[in-house]
Amino acid sequence: MEFFFEVLIGGLLAGVMYSLVAIGFVLIYKASGVFNFAQGAMVLFAALTFVSLLERGLPFWWAFLATLATMVALALLIEKVVLRPLVNRPPIILFMATLGLSYMIEGLAQALWGAQVHGLELGIPDEPLEIRGMLLSQFDLFAAGTAATLVIALSLLFNRTRIGLSLRAVADDPLASLAVGIRLPRIWAVVWAVAGFVGLVAGLLWGARLGVQFSLSLVVLKALPVLIIGGFSSIGGAIVGGLIIGAAEKLAEIYLGPVIGSGIENWVPYVLALLFLLVRPAGLFGERAIERV
Amino acid sequence: MLYREAGQLATRYAAERRIFRLRQDRIGLLALLAFAFIGVPLLGNDYWFSAILIPFLVLSLAGLGLNLLTGYAGQLSLGSAAFMAVGAFAAYNLQLRIPGMPLLLSFALGGVVAAAVALLFGLPSLRIKGFYLLVSTLAAQFVVEWVLTKFSWFTNDNASGVITSPPLIIAGLNFSSPAGRYLLTLSLVVLLFWLGKNLVRSELGRNWMAVRDMDTAAAVIGIRLFKAKLLAFAISGFYLGIAGSLWAFAYLGTVEPHGFDLSRSFQVLFIIIIGGLGSVAGNFFGAAFIVLFPILLGNLSALLPVGLVDSGQLENIQKMLFGALIIAFLIKEPEGLARLWQRFRQRARVWPLRY
Amino acid sequence: MNAVAPSTLLALDDISLSFKGVKAITSISFSVAAGEICALIGPNGAGKSSLLNVINGVYQAQSGSISYAGQTRRRMRPHQAAEDGIARTFQNIALFKGMSVLDNVLTGRNLKRRSTWLEQMLRVGRAPAEDDEQRWHAERIIEFLRIHPWRHALVGKLSYGLQKRVELARALAAEPRLLLLDEPMAGMNAEEKREMSQFIRDINRELGTTVVLIEHDIGVVMGLSDHVVVLDYGRKIGDGTPEQVRSNPDVIAAYLGTRRSQSARSQ
Repeated sequence: MEFFFEVLIGGLLAGVMYSLVAIGFVLIYKASGVFNFAQGAMVLFAALTFVSLLERGLPFWWAFLATLATMVALALLIEKVVLRPLVNRPPIILFMATLGLSYMIEGLAQALWGAQVHGLELGIPDEPLEIRGMLLSQFDLFAAGTAATLVIALSLLFNRTRIGLSLRAVADDPLASLAVGIRLPRIWAVVWAVAGFVGLVAGLLWGARLGVQFSLSLVVLKALPVLIIGGFSSIGGAIVGGLIIGAAEKLAEIYLGPVIGSGIENWVPYVLALLFLLVRPAGLFGERAIERV
Repeated sequence: MLYREAGQLATRYAAERRIFRLRQDRIGLLALLAFAFIGVPLLGNDYWFSAILIPFLVLSLAGLGLNLLTGYAGQLSLGSAAFMAVGAFAAYNLQLRIPGMPLLLSFALGGVVAAAVALLFGLPSLRIKGFYLLVSTLAAQFVVEWVLTKFSWFTNDNASGVITSPPLIIAGLNFSSPAGRYLLTLSLVVLLFWLGKNLVRSELGRNWMAVRDMDTAAAVIGIRLFKAKLLAFAISGFYLGIAGSLWAFAYLGTVEPHGFDLSRSFQVLFIIIIGGLGSVAGNFFGAAFIVLFPILLGNLSALLPVGLVDSGQLENIQKMLFGALIIAFLIKEPEGLARLWQRFRQRARVWPLRY
Repeated sequence: MNAVAPSTLLALDDISLSFKGVKAITSISFSVAAGEICALIGPNGAGKSSLLNVINGVYQAQSGSISYAGQTRRRMRPHQAAEDGIARTFQNIALFKGMSVLDNVLTGRNLKRRSTWLEQMLRVGRAPAEDDEQRWHAERIIEFLRIHPWRHALVGKLSYGLQKRVELARALAAEPRLLLLDEPMAGMNAEEKREMSQFIRDINRELGTTVVLIEHDIGVVMGLSDHVVVLDYGRKIGDGTPEQVRSNPDVIAAYLGTRRSQSARSQ
């Protein structure tokens, strides 16, 4: 029985990592209605930049700040060059633009910093903790703690600050927000910068876990089932979705894998999300749009 | 002056409905077909056939398949490569396990199997709309890839998981030479494009566009959304299945699951974005772009001083430029190259006048 | 005018509709005779569009029943309504913006098709002759509504007034028995309104189509309709001929307003 809980908790904690990436999506979707496919590429870019700066001798916190600044600069650039010309276009066009963007950022990241795998040490001890007879990874616990802090900070940002109010207004109706004087470009820049920051945190944690390599950008695909279960516009939903996906993936791998075949964690999240959607087409926390004709 | 349209008025509806209404266009098309069927095989060399023309034709077909589903019926899909894989593997297994099976029939049945799989993964579209539908086709992509890799029956228990395609013999004629493969591909592509063009101009095509543009209104005027969406998935799956068979049999010469991975699905999606969503001819433009762009880039970099750009960097630069081009297209001409071609043709029709 | 009582085409009985607790329609009953023009009027938010949506099945009423062409139904589905010969236009134009005028009108005739998609794809069998037939019908309507100069134009590029006419054409293309029009004259000037009224009258007289329309312009309503139903806050407050409704005190109080200066002077 303890083994089951160990697997379950391991899965939940892994799921937290997915949530971190998903939160970046949610932020951008909440504020601009854009499904930012480039989020994964941004995570990769952040991680690569950070680790390359470290390798060139920069101390940890300097590298962090430098990377953060780069991400913010990247966000501003994206807003100016890609988003502004495409304002008011249908969502599918924006989605495809972020597809193109992800290609660009991936290419840029590897052109600048090379394609080898980099190891990343965050200084978190590697020995597992033993709690009630179960072995839990300290790293995973640290990641969960970071995620929790991030979520609390973001909730405060969205719900308690003026800029949070503007963000929610813009997500609802950009044209109307313009009409009441909200500076759209500034809001989008803020959102993408925050998403960049979240991407950095996610990138660091994922990089420490897997090593910083190209396949990091494929993590974005796993975030899609997370978002579907949790709803595209809810941060809390991203957490819950991530937990569910992480747990399901791990449990399926350990318990169903020997029966059906190995490697099923590649598709279990998607099939799960699909079945979920059939029952709840708007996700757990998503808003059900009432179409008025 | 090129286009003397005076006197070219249709007196019957059927005449107005022709795909190429103007005589000049029809002459142009005949010339193009003649060149493609007769001229190219005489003039072309093996490199052009194998590396450029055949992939160009097959990717155009794949693009049309996806365009029917996404560009006309409005159902977003990232599973194109999976359906191509199903078609290829079904055709391969039919050829292998049924003695005396005609090649074209294997292709067709492979397409039918792909249609069935696409239909299955398209069922959720009845409940789910928009971006959420992506997860269904993504699931298709990953499940199909997993099934084909995991169960070695599909690859005839081949140790390496890669199988060579059987020789292309139709009615006693051997099409295995580069020119032969080219002609086989060309014939199938021309046929399927003709059928596709008829389809998008038919009632079903209009129903698809209605579902794409406003499905509540479509339901109100009596269009069965259920039937339209499922037919879109099935027919698109059929086209992609045939494209997959051609890709494996006529282009690569091998059949393996990893050639039909997610990046292939993205490639097909890019073809229809660049070529033009909701266009038939646009798929040719998009495929041409996708096939020629890397080659052009490679040739350009060969002109630069040696050592400035190595092959690894070249790939990254290609990626960046590609992404940038996609964004540029979406900003400048979201209806793709097809629209640019249309504008050019409008100009040509009134040339040498301006408008 | 014959003395035989006109048959009822549509009858609503005790229809109520609410959206998550917000009551849009409360216990509305009225009937529409075959061949008449019935106007639904009332202040904004009175539930008129919702009522039309209930009639053709876009919304499902929580209680009550709809009786149409002799058949009583608790629920109506949009597809069923279309098959039974109910067509409609929408307040915010619901045209297919990516298609031409001709194509939009042709979609209206989709239920009249007999050939299958295979026949159409291969251009064999019933398809070619049917294509001509559908085109002929569509052209009749396009000329009737005088939109033929724009038949191949992309609908999204047309002016608002023209789009409204195209939407009407699409509804007519289905050769409906009952035509539901939701504010067909919204945003039009006096000249355009006159033209549209004429179209509606012609449709009713020449084609025998029963019309239920929502309209805010009282002048148009009084001149055009045979029967007026007045709604306010989801309830029916008036039902009768234009003259009856005009002198109904409840309607006057809620909607038409009083001419105070005149009534004061007459006192």
